Amino acid sequence: MIWITQLLNGVLLGGYYALLACGLSFMFGVMRIINLAHGDLAILCACVVFFIADQTGISPFVALIVALPLMAAIGFWLQRLMLERSLRGGMLVPLLTTFGLAIVIENGLFEYFGADSRSLAPYIGDFAFDSWAIPGNIYIGSLALLIFAVAVVLLGGLKLFLTHTSLGRAIRATAEDPDTAGLVGINARYVYAVAAAIAVASAGLAGVFLAMRETFSPYSGPTQLIFAFEAVVIGGIGSLSGTLVGGIVLGIAQTFGAQINPQGFLIAGHVVFLVVLAGRLAAGALQARGGLHRLFARRS
Amino acid sequence: MSKDSSFIVERSTRLSAAAGIAAAVLVVVLAFGPLLFSANIVDSLTTLFIYLILSVMWNALAGYAGLVSVGQQAFFGLGAYFAIELSYHGVGVYPALLLGALLAGILSLPISPLMLRLRGGEFAIGMWVVAELAHLLVVLDPLINGETGASLIALNAFSPDHRRAYNYWMALATAVMLLTVVFMLLRGRLGASVQAIRDDEDAAKSVGVRVLAGKRIIFFLAAFGCALAGTLWLATSITFQPNTYFGIQWTAYMIFMVLVGGLGTFEGAIVGGVIFFLIEYMFGATGVWYLIGLGATAIVFALFLPRGLWGTLEDRWRIRLLPVGYSLRMPSADADAPDAAAAARERRPTPASLDKHDIAASNSIPARPR
Repeated sequence: MIWITQLLNGVLLGGYYALLACGLSFMFGVMRIINLAHGDLAILCACVVFFIADQTGISPFVALIVALPLMAAIGFWLQRLMLERSLRGGMLVPLLTTFGLAIVIENGLFEYFGADSRSLAPYIGDFAFDSWAIPGNIYIGSLALLIFAVAVVLLGGLKLFLTHTSLGRAIRATAEDPDTAGLVGINARYVYAVAAAIAVASAGLAGVFLAMRETFSPYSGPTQLIFAFEAVVIGGIGSLSGTLVGGIVLGIAQTFGAQINPQGFLIAGHVVFLVVLAGRLAAGALQARGGLHRLFARRS
Repeated sequence: MSKDSSFIVERSTRLSAAAGIAAAVLVVVLAFGPLLFSANIVDSLTTLFIYLILSVMWNALAGYAGLVSVGQQAFFGLGAYFAIELSYHGVGVYPALLLGALLAGILSLPISPLMLRLRGGEFAIGMWVVAELAHLLVVLDPLINGETGASLIALNAFSPDHRRAYNYWMALATAVMLLTVVFMLLRGRLGASVQAIRDDEDAAKSVGVRVLAGKRIIFFLAAFGCALAGTLWLATSITFQPNTYFGIQWTAYMIFMVLVGGLGTFEGAIVGGVIFFLIEYMFGATGVWYLIGLGATAIVFALFLPRGLWGTLEDRWRIRLLPVGYSLRMPSADADAPDAAAAARERRPTPASLDKHDIAASNSIPARPR
């Protein structure tokens, strides 16, 4: 029975990774940027919500009403002030600038919040450890279930947004070819900034869920970036539905690894990532990425 | 194209020859360091040499081969770890430092086919995963006592004064050796081919550059160099704490040094290493603000001065002290109008300016017998 419970936990954990990875994948799909500050932006949002909840006693879920638009604004201006300029410098410059940004964010948070591990769990009452019993002595955490549901809704919503709204179609057109998109009257600068806003806000949402699930510190960001990246690569870069699959594979690997050895949680995740990578390279299939990725066909 | 008589391909100038001689004299003087300088200065210079190694290695990787790695601390830590293991198993302590680094370098070979097929950001984070995995696996070794770490106890066989001098000489010799190897490699055929790969991998492949082989040489060299820096760091600090050695801060330092000095300029990496050394000396004690400053400076340089301090100087005054590239000169203009000659010189390609002309130039080098 323990394995079935672990399997379910792994799948639900995968929902969190999918949520976390969604913004990373989206930004790469649209702008070809891998944002090395992705994890730190998630932690930044967790810190903002923690600050609000701690100072005012407002529920973290309500605090999201303030925090998510704030993150979206940060994403928008990040694109306008930093990423836009670094994109002009070629492929390497966005990596260097976002890495610099990561260092600034995590040490800035450390300066303000200190090294203590914190958690939002005390601020959401019983919900943090509530669980549902399923016949067969299996328990499912309600928070984990909520996170999974949010991930599915967000990924699905994003997919619908990209296919069924004019802004979504503008984003896809710009991802395909910004110059041609400009010819038909799409403002590529604005579209990129909106895409960055969506990506950063979704990262922030994931960060808040992380903070509800477990403890976080100012230096938790890089680990989250690595998890997100692993989920993205396992699922296929640029594919939103693949991201969910990748997250679930990573989540299952980690929960099973943890069952074997306390260190196994992280090791199993990294090993599965490397094995998938090796397998894909061996199959020569890295070029043939399926699914939604075709929406973001490679720019020449 | 090589028969085109209207250009002279210039590989060194009178200035660069003088710079080469000056560098050689400097190295000879530095070799007498422990006899000339106080203990403090010897220790500081040892640290500086380690930073120079890291800076030049990361520059070879990112600036020339276009491989932005945020996981070089994997080799930094593994070198130190292997050195401790070897010393524990009875290998003499200084040979253990060298062999440990070599083992870490060799370990990069089975990793390289996997990592080098990744591009850009995928490679960057892929290397980060490798570093994390190396860290987790090293901590499992009972000899290391988890995150508590272990010490290179065998170093106690030497008195502090001797140890200081040996560390200094080893660091100096390593730095000079690695800098020379990188310089020769970049000046040779490999330099042109990896730069072609950096600027456009597909284009390079299409004109016959052996993409994977070129990347692999640089990748191995950078792994070995970073591992040597790690074992040298171990020799100076004696204790090995996995958290410190596998920390992401080493990557932050390397990026800072290379960006400030000049990404993709050989002299720039050296200048950046010296600047970083001075900044750490002055502000290192301020802790968190120091790191925030490093990150912010890296962003500013990447956005507004992508060629770094040296690259910008080089562009403005056309100075090449240690030239690894090729300059084209028009013979007629040379005698009476040096400025025009300078203007005619080929600008070295930078990652910031993806210029097709540069690719053409790097591939038009007359083939030399191998």
